[in-house]
Amino acid sequence: MPDTPSITREDVAHLARLARIDLPPESLDHYAEQLGVILGSVAQVAEVAAEDVPATSHPMPLVNVFREDVVRPCLTNEEALSGAPSVESERFRVPRILDEE
Amino acid sequence: MSTDTTEKVLPYDDVVASFDPVLGLEVHVELGTATKMFCGCPTTFGAAPNTQVCPTCLGLPGSLPVVNKVGVESAIRIGLALNCSIAEWCRFARKNYFYPDMPKNFQTSQYDEPIAYDGYLDVDVETDEGVKTFRIGIERAHMEEDTGKTTHQGGATGRIHGADYSLVDYNRAGIPLIEIVTKPIEGTGKYAPEVARAYVTALRELLRGLGVSDVKMEQGSLRCDANVSLRRTPSDTFGTRTETKNVNSLRSIERAVRYEMTRQAAVLEDGGSITQETRHWHEDTGITTSGRSKEEAEDYRYFPEPDLVPIAPSREWVEELRTSLPENPAVRRARLQQVWGISDLDMQTVLNAGALDVVEDTVAAGADQAAARKWWLGELARVANERGVELADLPITPAQVAGVEALVSEGTLNDKLARQVIEGVLAGEGEPDAVVASRGLAVVSDDGPLLAAIDEALAAQPDVADKIRGGKVQAAGAIVGAVMKATRGQADAGRVRALLLERLGVSE
Ligand SMILES: [Zn+2]
Repeated sequence: MPDTPSITREDVAHLARLARIDLPPESLDHYAEQLGVILGSVAQVAEVAAEDVPATSHPMPLVNVFREDVVRPCLTNEEALSGAPSVESERFRVPRILDEE
Repeated sequence: MSTDTTEKVLPYDDVVASFDPVLGLEVHVELGTATKMFCGCPTTFGAAPNTQVCPTCLGLPGSLPVVNKVGVESAIRIGLALNCSIAEWCRFARKNYFYPDMPKNFQTSQYDEPIAYDGYLDVDVETDEGVKTFRIGIERAHMEEDTGKTTHQGGATGRIHGADYSLVDYNRAGIPLIEIVTKPIEGTGKYAPEVARAYVTALRELLRGLGVSDVKMEQGSLRCDANVSLRRTPSDTFGTRTETKNVNSLRSIERAVRYEMTRQAAVLEDGGSITQETRHWHEDTGITTSGRSKEEAEDYRYFPEPDLVPIAPSREWVEELRTSLPENPAVRRARLQQVWGISDLDMQTVLNAGALDVVEDTVAAGADQAAARKWWLGELARVANERGVELADLPITPAQVAGVEALVSEGTLNDKLARQVIEGVLAGEGEPDAVVASRGLAVVSDDGPLLAAIDEALAAQPDVADKIRGGKVQAAGAIVGAVMKATRGQADAGRVRALLLERLGVSE
């Protein structure tokens, strides 16, 4: 078993803030442990991959898949907004975001 | 939130006496492609909200992005024009963040594999020792996509603080952007604000020449963020920097850099330290205010975009694109300066005003270079400044300016009337000829009405008439003035004077 990368309570709190998830403080240790296990599993895979196996970001060995710069039909405003929980003035209505701009 | 609107600043001379500024400029340019970067939605400015959207740019499940070939070509051409190396292989990356301006919760960008890197752009700045060339290093130019437009509702100010909710239009989300990042700009000393402005001016000129963007700062198709830091001496390590956003005119870039230098210097002189943060530029008050503390790069959890394959531009393709580049702007500037036969300083004035293209086009439309410069740097620069727009965006074309000037040279208009015609064209009254006709502005060239007006003026001021008859030719001004007034400026002052002297039988 490789060294399990450690995740601290503080790491979890920071990630929760970035993800805008309101985690109760008493759950931080719980998630730290779970995330540690996940990272440990990834570390095991990383150990199997030898130096000569490059990291991959796409399953297909393709490059340069392009599209011509030609306009295609869009959704109508009604279609675009049809799944929105809240709509106003032809726009998506979203809650105010605190402490950000 | 911070309301530090009354922050202390140090006088600029004191700043440059005690500190060495280092700049970093990030310019985002919206490409003028017909469609978005990863989908076929059109990019027309000003369309009704959420009508240029599709499942891909709305981030709906099951949709897949496909790269716009012209977007990549434009990025490579920009890189080449900036003397960059073009990556043989690069990828897009996801920049993860949670903010409703991107429905996907990430922005597709490039991270550690930009398509173009390590170039430079030379810019000229007027210094106490004459025009000096500063070489601005280009760190990278990378491809990404624009975000949607968020409007904050409720609250008093329309800004997010105090807003009750926000409305989002995703028409802009996914429009191709190229972000061009400089290396740290050192060695500018007190000219830092001017260098910053000259860089963006030169970059805009280069981009316009490439035809990749309409580079309209007031419409947001070219946007600049200015990083500024101070250190005591050039041998010190870089000081903590701030990043001022929302700087959307050439003049504002210069002002924002200068303001930020004076603000940081005051903090440092008081023994304080600079907070690394985003700051907002306020055009009206000419100051910056504190925004959020900058998220660290790792907070964006960049990773290679799994829905897109890498881009590997063949060297043949790159060389083919290189041959499509227009004349290098520096070469073009030198050529035009020589053709026009004007001094370094006059050329610099044209460049500083962002008037090179319009003056060139006005000359091409038949105007004399001096006249073309006079109109664009005088009357039209004044109007553009009043309206807060660029010269090229005034509702008058170089051909129309050349048309007005042609009417001046053929004697139909004098200077004063020509200004009224320009005013008419700007007001949307049509072509110069039409404005002359509808406003009845042609110079009175028939001597009959002029002679009548002269006689009337002489009768009204018999003492002046006597003086002139007695040889005091300089007194003629009073009569000429009265005639000009009587003809509401529509006479040629030189002609009035000649007729007057002839009438009184005196010579100059
Ligand atoms: Zn789309």
